Amino acid sequence: MMDNITHSHDGPDPHAPRPDHDDTLTHHRMLEIAVRELLIEKGILTADEVREAVERMDARGPHLGAKVVAKAWVDPAFKARLLQDGSAAVEEAGVQMDQPTRLIVVENTPTVHNLVVCTLCSCYPRMVLGIPPDWYKSRAYRSRAVWEPRAVLAEFGTILPEDVSVRVHDSTADMRYLVLPMQPKGSEGLGEAKLAELVTRDSMIGVTTL
Amino acid sequence: MRGIHDIGGLQAGPVERVEHDYQLWEKRVDALMVLLSRKKRFTVDELRKGIESLPGDAYDRLTYYERWIGSIASALVHRGTISIEELRTKLADIEKRPEGPTPPGAVADP
Amino acid sequence: MSPRFDVGARVNVRRGNPPGHIRTPYYIRGKSGTVERICGEFRNPEELAYGRSGEPKQVLYRVRFVQKELWPAYTGPANDTIDVELYEHWLEPPQ
Repeated sequence: MMDNITHSHDGPDPHAPRPDHDDTLTHHRMLEIAVRELLIEKGILTADEVREAVERMDARGPHLGAKVVAKAWVDPAFKARLLQDGSAAVEEAGVQMDQPTRLIVVENTPTVHNLVVCTLCSCYPRMVLGIPPDWYKSRAYRSRAVWEPRAVLAEFGTILPEDVSVRVHDSTADMRYLVLPMQPKGSEGLGEAKLAELVTRDSMIGVTTL
Repeated sequence: MRGIHDIGGLQAGPVERVEHDYQLWEKRVDALMVLLSRKKRFTVDELRKGIESLPGDAYDRLTYYERWIGSIASALVHRGTISIEELRTKLADIEKRPEGPTPPGAVADP
Repeated sequence: MSPRFDVGARVNVRRGNPPGHIRTPYYIRGKSGTVERICGEFRNPEELAYGRSGEPKQVLYRVRFVQKELWPAYTGPANDTIDVELYEHWLEPPQ
């Protein structure tokens, strides 16, 4: 099942992110302007709606997921609700879901480590983590996380012993996933706000532990 | 035959831990995707299908948001929301603007 | 909702390469797994991709697969798994 498709990196890296060239009008930048202006002219959108939508996504980020994780660490009953119905519990914690997708929260334990990927595109729990990083959407991550997760984890500095099973989740449809990392040793007794500061985005995707 | 996007299980090199701060135009593409699907101008599924139909090297050569804006434009044309001629005229207009992407009289981007 | 498969049921993923927008990854087609949970009913993305209604809604499952059974060269332990969301029309009972 592991087809060999060669992917040359002999020349300049085709996947390197572009430097910030917001002042250079590439074809696709012009296309964005064209589509947006046409839709505004036709009354389908307003400039304010676009601006507000950008601001709304800007306001989403890993701090939201971290808040939910910290709450689960201090409140076992909330944690149980979170694992039972992620979307409802996240709303309860004050994070608006406002998307038709459903959140499944998967818990790391001493014997299970979870890793999230979307092999087909880039599905990601945007409502609690914001926009995904480039590497999550990369060919290398999407191809390899499903068949050699431990090697991918090692690249992120995460080595798991053989008695911890790795559970990969491929977001192929309407579910989105948030990993509930294990609370780091030594953090017992910290308040929720301080605990939230310890929770990283990468630990909630599952490529690292805390 | 697997689709060009259907890459789970393939060989690939190391995960390059790059991330870039999204540029305003990219965030706007994201906004268009969210707003227009909410307004039922297309579904995200139509957009994904459009991306999956890209010729092989375009899929890898284009950046993530380049793929999405291409698919958004295509879906809007397909649905009849905008016409190819309107798009062509508008693009020609944008190209001619000496002051850059902002048309005269409009509020400049922040 | 009347799901065809219960939690815990063994299921096979159908083979085939139909045209259009498919959310059943190539690597999982023809493989066997166990229903981990029933996610609910959702509009069919294969139809939504053509601008059609996607109704009637389809039951969506999460199916768990053993990695060693999926990949001939899998080097991790025997209880490493992968969960994939699959629509009911892509699943069938074991032969």
